[in-house]
Amino acid sequence: MAMTLTQKILAAHAGLNAVEAGELIEAKLDLVLGNDVTAPPAIKVFEAAGLKTVFDPERIALVPDHFTPNKDIQSAEHCARMRRFARDKQLSHYYEQGEEGMGVEHVVLPENGLVAPGDAIIGADSHTCTYGALGAFATGVGSTDLAYAMATGKTWFRVPEAIRIQLSGQLKPGVTGKDVILHLIGQIGVDGALYQSLEFTGPGVAGLSMAERLTICNMAIEAGAKNGLFPVDDATRAYLAHYAPERVAKNDFTVYEADPDARYARTIQIDLAAIRQTVAFPHLPENTREIGSFDPIPVDQVVIGSCTNGRLEDLRLAAHWLKGRKVAKGLRLIILPGSQRVWREALKEGLFEIFTDAGAVVSAPTCGPCLGGHMGILAAGERCVSTTNRNFVGRMGHPKSEVYLAGVPVACASAVLGRVAGTDELDA
Amino acid sequence: MSIQGHVFKYGANVDTDVIIPARYLNTAEPAELARHCMEDLDPSFISRVQPGDILVAGANFGCGSSREHAPVAIKASGISCVIAPSFARIFFRNAINMGLPILECTEAAEAIQNGDRVSVDFDTGRIENLTRGQTFTARPFPPFIRRIIEADGLMGTLRQLQGKGE
Ligand code: SF4
Repeated sequence: MAMTLTQKILAAHAGLNAVEAGELIEAKLDLVLGNDVTAPPAIKVFEAAGLKTVFDPERIALVPDHFTPNKDIQSAEHCARMRRFARDKQLSHYYEQGEEGMGVEHVVLPENGLVAPGDAIIGADSHTCTYGALGAFATGVGSTDLAYAMATGKTWFRVPEAIRIQLSGQLKPGVTGKDVILHLIGQIGVDGALYQSLEFTGPGVAGLSMAERLTICNMAIEAGAKNGLFPVDDATRAYLAHYAPERVAKNDFTVYEADPDARYARTIQIDLAAIRQTVAFPHLPENTREIGSFDPIPVDQVVIGSCTNGRLEDLRLAAHWLKGRKVAKGLRLIILPGSQRVWREALKEGLFEIFTDAGAVVSAPTCGPCLGGHMGILAAGERCVSTTNRNFVGRMGHPKSEVYLAGVPVACASAVLGRVAGTDELDA
Repeated sequence: MSIQGHVFKYGANVDTDVIIPARYLNTAEPAELARHCMEDLDPSFISRVQPGDILVAGANFGCGSSREHAPVAIKASGISCVIAPSFARIFFRNAINMGLPILECTEAAEAIQNGDRVSVDFDTGRIENLTRGQTFTARPFPPFIRRIIEADGLMGTLRQLQGKGE
């Protein structure tokens, strides 16, 4: 029976030769993730069930990233509960602020070498789908699921069918992976891939950097997808050699391929060369428009960061477009490196000097404003261009504020020009 | 495991906000949540529902937010099973994790009418309309999902694991 890439990985983790779409299976997990929002309720469930031990202290990652450094007493209590649990259960992958390996969960897990091809991963966070960029099956679940998985190392799945996204061509300068995924969500809608996998394939894959693939898979959920998935190629192997040398040395991963005759719900062709800089207007990621197709929109704040675009490559790109330029008078540019490691590398490479000269403020690694937590909340009527992934009503603050989702180049151009703008409009 | 009850039938896209309105989410107490179950769609539901009754609905049942409270409220109201052509992804997960049986069966969801008496066998997936003498087959649950449902949800299976000292 021919299978998609997702189905291959799921079958292997369920101990089955084959699975088909719609089938319910129980699968073994390679990694289980929780954060400071979702882990505390899961820990409550875990303790209420009278459980004492976790299935494997090496395979659970708890990352306090949303409201950290603790923004108020309640978040401090949440983090304290998580910290106690992590210590008590001797979890190896609990990260404290300032520690190497700490940062926004979906930035740090791949950087810490915890994700490799063929893995099956769940996280009590909807953007867990990010890890599909490395050829892993990864999806978001609820807190009760997290509690169960921490205890047993297993969870149940309904096997999804897949939409095949056939990529060809190469991105034009100034156009990024973010523009690709925004374009796709604009085309199929926020429920266009409901309960399905988005499997990327085709000759265009090779030209996409790992950072771009991570950004693309990160937003699979914004099209309703269960997971996003890229095939494994030289770029994946180079990434693994750098970030997961131990797993490479032990040959501790499996590369699966979709069967050539696998059946797909549908196939969508995307010519990467035809993608333009794209912005998702309030209040849905599917409200996409290309730069140049709308009247000027003044902006109060620009945010660069998050699990979507807070990687070193994103900060380098930001430095490229901000170097020698100034943030528009009266606009706030907030840059949040995605992890402690990104922060340190950016410092070493002199990026912070470029940001500071441009008039930006650089924050500690945190989710912060992405979910309206802290470090850049919007007032009524304010507009923000953000490299994050959701622009729902009130996502970044006041219900009457507006978020425009974009890639790093558009965010920089908008910060410099004080309105939603593409890099074409920047002076050479 | 099988059940029998009268049917409450609703349309497509029954969302989690009508199943349990957000204004009641300040409690996690199942009995309290049940008191407001389906309130914004069918205010008389809660006074008429009997233990064992069955919800039959149109496609995409449970769409909207990820609140686990929705299947909790339905289950605590006495409903023993929901039959629909399809369920929203997170509702599907949460329902099983909370121990609420749900069955996907387009033919049954279309043919069964409000007030019909229906029996469901979870082991075989057989749905029988006793009022009209029709039978339908949904894909049955695999054994481990049956175990979750019989243990009253994922929490229950955790407690059982614990009891066995696993
Ligand atoms: S950066 Fe934003 S989307 Fe990503 S995990 Fe944090 S809050 Fe969620």
